[in-house]
Amino acid sequence: MNPRTRLWLVVLGGGGLAALLVAACLRLPVFGGPWHPYGDRAVRAALARHTANTVASVNFDQRAFDTMGEMTILFGAVLGCVVLLRQARDEHRDPPAPCEVAAPVRRYALIVLPVALVTGLYVIAHGQLSPGGGFQGGVVAATALHLMYLGADYAALERIRPIEAYEIGDALSASAYLVLGFAGVLAGSAFLANTLLPYGTFNMLSSGGTVPLLNAAIGMEVACAVVVLLARFLDQAVEIEEGSGE
Amino acid sequence: MTAVMHVLPYLVAAYVFLVGAYGLATSRNLIHAVGCLAVCQSATYVLLLAVGYRDGGTAPVFSDIRPGSRPVVDPVVQALTLTDIVVGATVTALLLALTVQIAKRHGTVDPDELRELRG
Amino acid sequence: MHRLLPLLPAVPLLGAGLLVAGGRHVPRPVAEAFACVAAATTAALAIVLLPHSSPPLVEWVGGWFPKGGESVGIVLLGDGVSLGLVALVSLITLAALAYSWHYFDEPPRGHAGTFPALILLFQGGMCGFAIAGDLFNLFVFFELMSVVAYALTGYRIDEARAVQGGVTFGVVNSLGAYFMLMGIALLYARTGELAMAKIGHGLDAAAAHHGPDALALAGFVMVLTGLLVKAAAVPFQFWLPDAHAVAPTPVCMLLSGVMVELGAYGVWRVYGTVFSGPGGVPAADASRALVVLGVLTGAVGSVMCWYQRHIKRLLAFSTIAHTGLFLVGIGVLKAEADDGTALYILGHAGVKAALFACAGILLDRYGSVDELYLHGRARRLRGVGVMFAVGALALAGLPPFGTGLGKAVSEEAVGGPLTVLYVAASALTGAAVLRVAARVFLGLGPRPEEGDGEESDEDETSGADEEPETQKRLNHVPLPMVAVPAVLLAAALVVGAVPGFADMVGHAVEAAGTWGVFSSVHWTATGVLLDLLSTLLAVGLAMVAVTRPGLLGAPGWALPLRRLQSGHVGDYVAWLLVGTALLGALALPGVLG
Repeated sequence: MNPRTRLWLVVLGGGGLAALLVAACLRLPVFGGPWHPYGDRAVRAALARHTANTVASVNFDQRAFDTMGEMTILFGAVLGCVVLLRQARDEHRDPPAPCEVAAPVRRYALIVLPVALVTGLYVIAHGQLSPGGGFQGGVVAATALHLMYLGADYAALERIRPIEAYEIGDALSASAYLVLGFAGVLAGSAFLANTLLPYGTFNMLSSGGTVPLLNAAIGMEVACAVVVLLARFLDQAVEIEEGSGE
Repeated sequence: MTAVMHVLPYLVAAYVFLVGAYGLATSRNLIHAVGCLAVCQSATYVLLLAVGYRDGGTAPVFSDIRPGSRPVVDPVVQALTLTDIVVGATVTALLLALTVQIAKRHGTVDPDELRELRG
Repeated sequence: MHRLLPLLPAVPLLGAGLLVAGGRHVPRPVAEAFACVAAATTAALAIVLLPHSSPPLVEWVGGWFPKGGESVGIVLLGDGVSLGLVALVSLITLAALAYSWHYFDEPPRGHAGTFPALILLFQGGMCGFAIAGDLFNLFVFFELMSVVAYALTGYRIDEARAVQGGVTFGVVNSLGAYFMLMGIALLYARTGELAMAKIGHGLDAAAAHHGPDALALAGFVMVLTGLLVKAAAVPFQFWLPDAHAVAPTPVCMLLSGVMVELGAYGVWRVYGTVFSGPGGVPAADASRALVVLGVLTGAVGSVMCWYQRHIKRLLAFSTIAHTGLFLVGIGVLKAEADDGTALYILGHAGVKAALFACAGILLDRYGSVDELYLHGRARRLRGVGVMFAVGALALAGLPPFGTGLGKAVSEEAVGGPLTVLYVAASALTGAAVLRVAARVFLGLGPRPEEGDGEESDEDETSGADEEPETQKRLNHVPLPMVAVPAVLLAAALVVGAVPGFADMVGHAVEAAGTWGVFSSVHWTATGVLLDLLSTLLAVGLAMVAVTRPGLLGAPGWALPLRRLQSGHVGDYVAWLLVGTALLGALALPGVLG
């Protein structure tokens, strides 16, 4: 199809869709209105289970099954990238040569790295109390490691990130989340039921029952997954070269 | 708030969605197309968060406010948005991985130049 | 029993996790056996739960049972249809794993278990989708099965076509998913709920005074767009042939056999639970929209199927044609048509997976899936040839295959001119497959001239020069690769031939459905005659095509249709937008009136 015909189709389809969406928007409840029945119930349920961060309660308790699916999507995508970004038949690996890094960059990276790492772990650990949690903290922790690439070089990054260990860590933490779900069934309650542990004192690190455990599993899963994902893309950019080598 | 503000955030979401779809249909570069897909997805964030907003509401986190002392926004849509973001990131990663391989196998990332799979 | 429902997706997912964690330290047969056990366990679990599914099993994950009619949790539904689909998905997964046993080349090296783990994740996604009773949860599992399917489609990265098909598939399906999510957000804004049944009640309550409005219509159109993209309805179908032609054979078995049908199931579930009330979309309008799209899909799919020479692409178009029939069956909104469609889907899954398995054998043995190149080359594969021909006849609706029974029951339910579509679509797709069988396995008809592939116009995809999927080109066909299609065809026969099975399916569907109860499902004289008619038509067409290739060759008027399948992702997105607008226009009258 030539671009002109395509544009006409887009105008036709997009115009219809725009009309539909605008008509629907005009019928929506007023922005900022007070009526949020599910949200109100979720807040009450979170407080009843001593979880200060309601969003964490929704993610890891009330709708923990969604999070299970979400985590598996990430797990599957990482596995998919491992497959798709493998070394093809007509490619070879060429370890990159070490390179010089400007001293201020090196100093800055090496100072920030531990800070960023600890921040990531803190955000994971406090997921049930304050904004953040496994997903957010996991990403921070994983990207922190990559400051090593900026501050030193690729070989240094590869030393602190044995990729196989992270792949296995990813799989094990995903399995841990599922096993916590099975534990609910085995204990005679429901799948992913938050009834195994006491709910603890409101606003303390140990509050919320199984929420901190699921949150920690997700934090580890996300951190490992992001490390593996970035490693696969970096490999393509830095190590894998076309041609069969020799 | 004026009557316009009552629907404006929803209309913004619709606009962002349509712009993303337009970009996707007319894209000349697959990396740009993956970006457009992410734009479409951003529209879903905007819509979800707009739907969950409550006038004067704050974050639904009670570590520093007393429950009931202030209105809070809907925590459910925030959780849904988080799920949505993770999904979006993974889809982007996978599509970019496929695009890397397209660039190698076809020598181009322009959809107009991909000549396999016709008819 | 209801406590076990969440395990249906969780078992394969856990299996995948453990397989990735431990797979690299065990020999490949152990990893594959483990995957088979996980898939089989899920199948067994679904079959154990099936007898308890009336009244439907309902589980609130995490034990969040409703208090005062309200809950904050996620609801799962285990009725006859959803559990039956989980069993079907798991059994086809098992077949795909058995088919790839040992011989299928599974890179990357040193990652034994990666391919079976991806298949298990795919299975988990489909199982979760089938039992979802919560609209957002449905979206999550929709995405899970999509994401894994993109990776599996592009699995053979050394092939230019595979990666292109993977990207097209990924972009179009993801866009469809975001349409669905926009729809979910609109419905959440209106009703404040996410469980499908609660959304339905919410819509009805909101529309008590004024009837359905633009918001309900937009929710309907957006959510259905996502599901129809998955179901490959015209004009959302373009991604399917591109993806199915390039995906590895075991993956094709899953994509064509069950994933696409899950899209149609999603339409059935969402319309019946969310939009069938007074606040949703009136039955006449929903029916118009689905039947029109279904008829278009059936027609386009069968015509395109006839003009293919790439065998896997041909099978992919036949899947589109049959999905069109399923959509018509769902769209007429009758209990009897639902029964017929369910049986049709069961039979079709077995037959289509078997046909893909046979096509995979050709690929691995001869390094080609091109009908013209393979002319007469596969004479020695007699057993495979017989299975391919039987599959073709079953596709055309030969009694007593499950496809024939499903077709007969659906025809009776839809009645009138739509019967013609059923007969024509099954005859044409069956004929196309039969033509391939006659040329490839018997060498009938004049041999196409060499170089035909070079000079033919660029508007077609030939199947020559494909890489085999095994580690090296096969000299003999290994047992699992032959046994799997044989078992699948036998299963498709059982669906239609074993007395009582059809009735069981019918009861399960009616107990789960919205349209009341229809008495019993069985073969009728009219049904058998129509089935025989379509089979005879298929045989006749195939004979003419083989002996007089010029007579039924591609005429000029089909060329524009074939040119639409351009492989260009921008075109596909443009069509998706048009399709959404079309869906809205078709369902509009009920909202205006």
